Amino acid sequence: MHRLFFYLKRLSQKRYCQPKRFLLATALATLAACSPSRTNVERGSQNQELYIGIGAEPAALDPHITTGLTEYSVMLALFEGLTTLDPQTMAVRPGVAKYWEVSGDGLTYTFHLDSQARWSNGDPVTAQDFLFSIERILSPALGAPYAYMLYPLRGAEAFNKGETTDFSSVGLHAPDPTTLICQLSAPTPYFLGLLAHNTWWPVHPPTIRQHGGMTERISKWTKPGNFVGNGPYTIESWRLNNGITVSRNPHYREVAQAALNRIHFLPIDMQTEERAFRAGYLHITSSVPVHRVDWYRENLPEQLHIDTALGTYYYMLNTTRGPLADKRVRKALAYAIDREQITEHILRAGQKPAYHFTPPNAGGYNAEARLPHDPSLARSLLAEAGFPDGAGFPAFELLYNTSESHRTIAEAIQQMWKTQLGINVTLHNQEWKAYLSTRQAGDFDILRAAWYGDYDDPNTFLDLGTTDNGNNHSAWSHPEYDRLIQSAAQADSAEKRQQYFQEAETILLEEMPYIPIYFYVTSRLIHPSVQGWYPSLLDNHPYQAIHLKAVH
Amino acid sequence: MTKHKREAHSLTAASPGRQAWSRLLQNRMARIGGFLFLGITLTCLFAPLLITSSPEAQDLAYGAQPPSAKHWLGTDSLGRDLFARILVGGRISIGVGFAATLVALLVGVTYGALAGYIGKRCEALMMRFVDAIYALPFTMVVIVLTVTFDQKSIFLIFMAIGLVEWLTMARIIRGQTRILRRRPFIEAARVNGSGHIRILLRHILPNLSGQIIVYTTLTIPAVILLESIISFLGLGVQPPTASWGTLIHEGAQKIDDAPWLLLFPALFFSLTIFSLNFLGDGLRDSLDPKETIDQP
Amino acid sequence: MHRLLIRRLLQAIPTLWLIATATFFLLRVAPGGPFDEEKPLSTEIKEQIEAHYGLDQPLYRQYFSYLGNLLQGDLGPSYKYPGWDVQEILLQAFPVSFELGCWALLVALVIGIPAGILAAALHHRHAETGIMMAATAGICLPSFVVGPLLILTFSLLLGWFNPLGWTYPADRLLPAITLGLLYAAYIARLARSGLLEVLTEDYIRTAHAKGLSQRKVLLGHALRSALDPVVAYLGPAAAGLVSGSFVVETIFFIPGMGPFFVNGALNRDYPVVMGTVLFYAVLILLFNLIADILQMWMQPRTRHDEA
Repeated sequence: MHRLFFYLKRLSQKRYCQPKRFLLATALATLAACSPSRTNVERGSQNQELYIGIGAEPAALDPHITTGLTEYSVMLALFEGLTTLDPQTMAVRPGVAKYWEVSGDGLTYTFHLDSQARWSNGDPVTAQDFLFSIERILSPALGAPYAYMLYPLRGAEAFNKGETTDFSSVGLHAPDPTTLICQLSAPTPYFLGLLAHNTWWPVHPPTIRQHGGMTERISKWTKPGNFVGNGPYTIESWRLNNGITVSRNPHYREVAQAALNRIHFLPIDMQTEERAFRAGYLHITSSVPVHRVDWYRENLPEQLHIDTALGTYYYMLNTTRGPLADKRVRKALAYAIDREQITEHILRAGQKPAYHFTPPNAGGYNAEARLPHDPSLARSLLAEAGFPDGAGFPAFELLYNTSESHRTIAEAIQQMWKTQLGINVTLHNQEWKAYLSTRQAGDFDILRAAWYGDYDDPNTFLDLGTTDNGNNHSAWSHPEYDRLIQSAAQADSAEKRQQYFQEAETILLEEMPYIPIYFYVTSRLIHPSVQGWYPSLLDNHPYQAIHLKAVH
Repeated sequence: MTKHKREAHSLTAASPGRQAWSRLLQNRMARIGGFLFLGITLTCLFAPLLITSSPEAQDLAYGAQPPSAKHWLGTDSLGRDLFARILVGGRISIGVGFAATLVALLVGVTYGALAGYIGKRCEALMMRFVDAIYALPFTMVVIVLTVTFDQKSIFLIFMAIGLVEWLTMARIIRGQTRILRRRPFIEAARVNGSGHIRILLRHILPNLSGQIIVYTTLTIPAVILLESIISFLGLGVQPPTASWGTLIHEGAQKIDDAPWLLLFPALFFSLTIFSLNFLGDGLRDSLDPKETIDQP
Repeated sequence: MHRLLIRRLLQAIPTLWLIATATFFLLRVAPGGPFDEEKPLSTEIKEQIEAHYGLDQPLYRQYFSYLGNLLQGDLGPSYKYPGWDVQEILLQAFPVSFELGCWALLVALVIGIPAGILAAALHHRHAETGIMMAATAGICLPSFVVGPLLILTFSLLLGWFNPLGWTYPADRLLPAITLGLLYAAYIARLARSGLLEVLTEDYIRTAHAKGLSQRKVLLGHALRSALDPVVAYLGPAAAGLVSGSFVVETIFFIPGMGPFFVNGALNRDYPVVMGTVLFYAVLILLFNLIADILQMWMQPRTRHDEA
């Protein structure tokens, strides 16, 4: 085999006419000729077919039971909510709802549905369909993980928690097929943006009923042939680990706006994806391997797209464990980390060092509090806590889920703590599910964690610090902090709300149950033929906006 | 002289061990292999005396640099000296490779020889048990091991690896034993009143040595590479300690940007495996008493 | 032969039961459950989902209901991919892995056996060293190194093949080589040592003494016994090959079974793990039976033994 390899290398450089070698080369070349000469990208650009890598197989395409970004990126082609987000500005735009009115107290929203809105089988999309869909996702029996996204709706929480079985107690009415009235329990400034989230999307009631009923999870309704949606595209084929192909929904209300004829979503592994892109197999990748970023930056900068994402990478400290109960120790650990070294040399794709917890510009909010990078301050804090130069500091462990990037960052921070503070931490990795189980049991000292915002608002981040947040495994509890987050939820003006969040963030950095490390970015490789793909904080890229231009 | 007669002569002639040893020394490839292996092992063992930079010292600004005068084999993504990391990683890999293979060898040979020798129902039962273990999902076994044993000791790695690697050894040995069992010299020994254990140890085992050695040299590289998968699941060596398996794995991902990260660990690994194979082949030949006669 | 087949079929039942039971409880002992996510579900929702799949039942009842369904040929739904049944997944993925495995096996046998024979025939010559060095190199190169190397050379540099995919006939070549190479190296080494053991046996010497050519002795007399270790190794190896390789199928983006074995376990997708493991177990039993029959056929003296 190695000889074969060697021959072929030589063959590629000069001509060979020895009969055996020639035969071999001919055989290989004939075999190679069986594959098409045009790449996906060339073919796709001509036929307006987009090939896009999504990194992993989507768990499901049911908008009410999925939670991930991968699923969202596929479903965005298949469904449409009452509102949509502008691909460029993220501003709220009409979707199925053509226009709407908001009452003076901000509690009642009246939506007027586009009479042109159609399901992919031609049925009109009605207000009753929304009623059905919202009842479905809120039904406890469905077990929708993100049902809480509908909690601003009056009575939704009680219905979802099974406190009542009467759906008419939920603030939702459809006086006629094109009018939908939503009543909220409190003014929710980001309500219209929330409607663009997949949890609010409608599903086609007859299809759901036909395949197991309203609350059946194990349903085949999203399979090709069964599927009915209201988005610009509909499922043509789907094979696990092999890709999903969607083609135009001929009944889509603005069918003329969608330029692409077909989209192929390919769940290709990250390493493989980059090679696939290089060979013209993909127009867009889901990510870029860290070590390839520099190469693209130097050679093909126009194909490397790096966007800010709404996410924080942080270390969670178990505040019940030995010295970690002392906030001076927690602060010392945080101050000793050189974040710029990490973002510049390890992550390398333009991630921002995190000196506060909420990513910049989340819903227009920018934290004022900062934590310093100050090793000498860190040392004196540690000495104050009784561990001068780390002397007598007990052994502790840093837990992360297996991934090369997490490991590298952990190794760097381990070294920083060792050299700056004289503290030895051992690293420990676990595969994902074991990690989650350890995390939920609180059986760790320090744990790698991350949070991506569900919606564009600081609340989705700062709520993580409240005592009863399901993701707060640090055992840190601060009544004043909880009160501030509570007040922010009930604040009657945007300024006051911001002020509460600022105060909360200051407490969070003063107490340091979480050590922020960096803010995420999304990096992708995008072929120059792709037009209409804009940077997006929430990774929201409506396919109607995209078309392919022939590139030579 | 045929194989089975060796037993009868071994009492009178020079000890077979010494004969084998002198034959081994005459084999050039085995000599090369032996010295090479000894060289690599000693280098890894005495690594701290040889390397100037610590395998853990980082220089983030100097990450993933090609070989230079300061760092002979270049640096990894955290700016650590690759040479130092390979040498220190070699201790783990060679250690794990040998220990786990030894476990697999002991279990596999004993089990296979017993199954092949006993035969009948018992053999069927034993071999179906092997089939069952084959089918167990290895990933799950390792994940369960990580929680059932709290300490992340290296002993667990041997267990996990030994658990999968003895099976094929058992199948091969069992097949060979079945053939040997029918041979006249075994029958003769039985007639002479030799006990089963004696027959197994004195007559069957020596005739299996060739296959055992070859399969051992095949198992060691498999084990060294398997170790990196086990580390992935959280059971293996924990960073910043490296092993050849994890270094090669990491290097393979960076193949087009920093090829030295794959090349050098793979080179050390391959040299070790090559030397072991030469040594193994030589050993196989020298344990085969026919060789001296056949050779011109 | 008929008796052997019937006996092995009967032995298969308790073996499969043992595997099913061990795997079932192994899965339940493992940390983390199928519905654990980074953003954890509320207790009520998790209970609802678990009730949906019968996971709220006592463990023994889950076990017996799984066995009951299994006897009716029902492997259950996937937890990770709702809407997909395990049967459906296996039916879709197995033919792909089977084809890839067969090509790889072909590569392994076509390279491995001649190389092993040649090396044994050329014992103590330089050519033998050369062949064995190549075989050793094959052992040192894991598929996660060979795969990317082949893609870089033949797809990205020369542009002869697609870098990934499973659409065109030519897409089979690179993955089959990547997968088969290691097996070829194993086979070559095992075949060589097997032959060397046999070549000095009495009956081979007799054949030589009768004036038969080296070639005839090798291929006619020696090979049958010499390949015993190869065949013993090939049983489980072939089962492993046709049931898919995680690494190769991921690198070449091939929709086979490999990823389901690994991801099923990592996702704690209990029915998928159970289904793939039992399927693999059937393959192991089948291929080991074939290997045993071959071994018996090659060794007439052991033919009447129990197997």
